[in-house]
Amino acid sequence: MLKVDTIEMGTVVDHIKPGKGGKVLEVLGIGEKYPHRVALMMHVSSKKGKTKDIVKIEGKIVDQDAANIIALISPGATINIIKNEKVEKKFNVELPEELEGVGTCPNPNCITNSEDTVKRFRADDGGYRCHYCERLFKAEELV
Amino acid sequence: MDLISIRDLDKEKIEEILDLTDEIEAGKKKPDLSGRILATMFFEPSTRTKLSFQSAAMRCGMKVVDFSPETSSLKKGESFMDTIKTVEGYADAIAMRHAKEGSARLAADVLEKPVVNGGDGGNQHPTQTLIDLYTIRKSKGRIKDLNVTLLGDLKHARTMRSLVYGLALFGANVTLVAPKGLEMDKRYLEEVNKKFGLEVKTGNAPDYSDADVLYVCRIQAERFADPYEAQRVQEKFRVKKADLKGAKEDLIILHPLPKINEIETSIDDMPQAKYFQQAHYGIPLRMAVLDTVLR
Repeated sequence: MLKVDTIEMGTVVDHIKPGKGGKVLEVLGIGEKYPHRVALMMHVSSKKGKTKDIVKIEGKIVDQDAANIIALISPGATINIIKNEKVEKKFNVELPEELEGVGTCPNPNCITNSEDTVKRFRADDGGYRCHYCERLFKAEELV
Repeated sequence: MDLISIRDLDKEKIEEILDLTDEIEAGKKKPDLSGRILATMFFEPSTRTKLSFQSAAMRCGMKVVDFSPETSSLKKGESFMDTIKTVEGYADAIAMRHAKEGSARLAADVLEKPVVNGGDGGNQHPTQTLIDLYTIRKSKGRIKDLNVTLLGDLKHARTMRSLVYGLALFGANVTLVAPKGLEMDKRYLEEVNKKFGLEVKTGNAPDYSDADVLYVCRIQAERFADPYEAQRVQEKFRVKKADLKGAKEDLIILHPLPKINEIETSIDDMPQAKYFQQAHYGIPLRMAVLDTVLR
């Protein structure tokens, strides 16, 4: 049994698609210089008999914008905000209708990759369409 | 109002612009935009689009200021954003072309004055699409149920994607013929199918025997690693006078121009060749567009 300490104040991202936990940490900007404790558990058993990834991040409260990015990687993930070692708030990540300032257009010839401008996408046909170059992408292609 | 993408226009709005073009073309109407200034900002080369925007503006009584990237402060490293924000202060509307996709949309979001997209990379060229639809409607009296064959490099030509969208909107039957590897993006065709129910026929061999409209575009040699292969494919897809014997008598041939050698020169004087007429319709059509965005 894998035992991981509880965290006092921070965020637990649960039910991450197996193998995507590292990517979640990456998009949250958790790297080698992050000064607090971080746990990444990959391919752990879930209640439904499947596997999932979990990340526990001390000292960081994930807000809705960050949750939107996680939704792009793993639409079924849940966010648990921890304060005083207790779950203060729990919410599911959801793919929003519109993304603003989140994600990067994968089209190398899109103007947003050469000009300093806010990225914008809207949900369309099961994916996301770049507001600028009008190309359609799968959600996970944006991160 | 801006005109950035054919997606921004519904069928009614397109018909309104085409009807106005008809009236201008017939000399029944002449938009009066005197006292206004159009800035043409072409960051990429253009003959027809730039000159016809300038000519259309002048015919509406406008004055024109022209931006040339070669002699501008872009050479000193000025950004695209700073450049368009500056030029906005010198004009009442901007017609622009830029190699980056989404550049016109970005300009329209940032600027208060109307922006008309004259081509943004491989994305959109809405006034060309309107000219194409106008030429077809003018020549055939309708667009619905016509068999339209698009022939050439359908992967890279920006005019072709927006044309498929426009043709689907008006209920034409579309056949796409492209060399292997230069076919139109499947995702785009799926989208048009879902939106308009357009079932596109596709093929890799030139065949336009049942076409009412043959729309040809260039196959550029630089798309091929092997120059011999490029030559072979260009020759195979070249429209030749002899091939037209098997085509419908009232077939019309369109091309966004510039054409290099994809249509035999001997076809230019045939009644089927409508591509120079198509280019000339750029004037009344762009007059109608300027009147629409500045009204």
